[in-house]
Amino acid sequence: MRGTAVAQDITDDERVPCWRRIAKEVRQDVIRMQQRGTGVGSALSAVDMLVVLYFGGMHYPGPDHPDRDRFILSKGHAAAALYSVLARRGVIDAKLLPGFLTDESPLTGHPVRGSLPGIEVSSGSLGHGLALGVGMAHAGRMDGKRYRVFVMLGDGEMQEGSVWEGAILASRLGLGNLVMLVDANGLQGYDRVEAITPATTLADKLRAFGWQVVEVDGHDHGRISRALAASPEAPSRPTALIAHTVKGKGVREMEDQLGWHYFSVPAAKVEPFIAEVGGEP
Amino acid sequence: MRRAFLTAITELAASDPGVMLLTGDTGFHVFDQFQQQFPGQYINVGISEAAMIGMAAGLALSGKRVFVYGIAPFVTLRCLEQIRVDLCYQRVPVVIVGVGTGLTYGTSGATHHTIEDVAVLNCLPGMTVVCPGDPVETSALVRAAIALDGPCYLRIGKSGEPVVHQQGVSGVRIGQGITLQRGSDVAIIASGTMLATASEACGLLAEQGIAPELVSMHTIKPLDRDLLTALAERFAVMVTVEEHTVIGGLGSAVATVLATQGSAVRLLMAGIPDQYAEPAGSQEWLRERYHLTPARLAERVAGFVRQG
Repeated sequence: MRGTAVAQDITDDERVPCWRRIAKEVRQDVIRMQQRGTGVGSALSAVDMLVVLYFGGMHYPGPDHPDRDRFILSKGHAAAALYSVLARRGVIDAKLLPGFLTDESPLTGHPVRGSLPGIEVSSGSLGHGLALGVGMAHAGRMDGKRYRVFVMLGDGEMQEGSVWEGAILASRLGLGNLVMLVDANGLQGYDRVEAITPATTLADKLRAFGWQVVEVDGHDHGRISRALAASPEAPSRPTALIAHTVKGKGVREMEDQLGWHYFSVPAAKVEPFIAEVGGEP
Repeated sequence: MRRAFLTAITELAASDPGVMLLTGDTGFHVFDQFQQQFPGQYINVGISEAAMIGMAAGLALSGKRVFVYGIAPFVTLRCLEQIRVDLCYQRVPVVIVGVGTGLTYGTSGATHHTIEDVAVLNCLPGMTVVCPGDPVETSALVRAAIALDGPCYLRIGKSGEPVVHQQGVSGVRIGQGITLQRGSDVAIIASGTMLATASEACGLLAEQGIAPELVSMHTIKPLDRDLLTALAERFAVMVTVEEHTVIGGLGSAVATVLATQGSAVRLLMAGIPDQYAEPAGSQEWLRERYHLTPARLAERVAGFVRQG
């Protein structure tokens, strides 16, 4: 078992309640923060994966530890969720969260490397993260390190050609230490992903590119954890975790609604939304 | 220059196993020996420039010292946004080596000409832009480039360029122009592949009784403002020469410095006009057409000097 922050030496079944509690708190943070800016729907779909990663899924002794697993948020517009998880994991100061998107705050709409601990790369322009992850994973191999590199992309982002350049490279270099997490919420900036590219073929495409593919419910903490922890069937092949998620997960008004890619949370909705995600799922 | 690059990077790779060379499926047989000697330090990434820059950034962020090598238009403009976001925005030290710059691949057509690269990369914050003038400068500047703490574009020609610094040159530094010849009538400032042309043109000008000063301005950014200021005090007429569009390259950079200093220098900007070469032709033929051969350049400079 890799190192964990909250729940070492216990089973996934016992950890699930912890993850569920933290995910609720993160969703509440995200709702408060996203009174400014866009991206609340995209952040909420990614929350459960981020929580499992940072609270057990990744080996993460600290943001500067040379052997830490690396996480790249290629879909940088989900930054609010990442900031909240980093704060709850103790990597950044939670007092920074209310400053999200204010002038001079390091909590910009897309993460900036060097502005905060724990941000491995700057993102915001889609299609960049995977190739960066390839470089980090290959360097780890060269140096005999055991760290893994996790790159989270959106399913709309999979339309970028540079993602597939990176996918070819990862497979050809045999990067078994590289994991792609696709936050497949089915909605992109202006349409359903399905209307632009048939999402149902994503797993087949990745397999054809030499990746091993696991599909999970991206809100089921136990399944996410098991998928992350599973020994790869072929240690020299990169792994893609296609996580089926719901954009705006946790708030019925937002769920699976394109508009919440863009809307800020109105002040009057903050408390009702917070109460809603705080309830039993 | 390519050979000088190869020699330099071979020495660097031998002294540091963290030095890596990524290529975008270019350099037929050029790297055979390098690959044999340092198999773990060489990767032909394939025909995927965007992923190559991203991977280079990931490697550099993990402590590797990375050179990325390719035919200039493809390793700069094709993957420009990766250069912008993955390298410049994050201040990641990777050296991009563009070969076959300017009109080198003349007959291949304008897809393979590189006339806008300096202009485009020069405006990226944090980018250093270096255009060595001959193999001697290349050798020194490859080593200087990899020692920087941010990204660098190294614009080199091909193989077989003449050595201009016949006596060698010491103390070649990024950001410092080199004066090769003292003169009194006109200062000729050349960059990259035009250094040899400018040097020959100086000989032709001398035969006409014109005494040119010759400067190799191998670094476009950061530009050697001190040297330009000193030149502007001594010369009323200056000429820039580059195998690049006259928009946004060496000439524009020099003009900006002179204008903002309130200088009254008359400046001739020799280079490629604002057009793609149609029809295409050999490098020599195109240089002739754009007045970038020693004879045509000397002719233009002489006319410009006499106007004043």
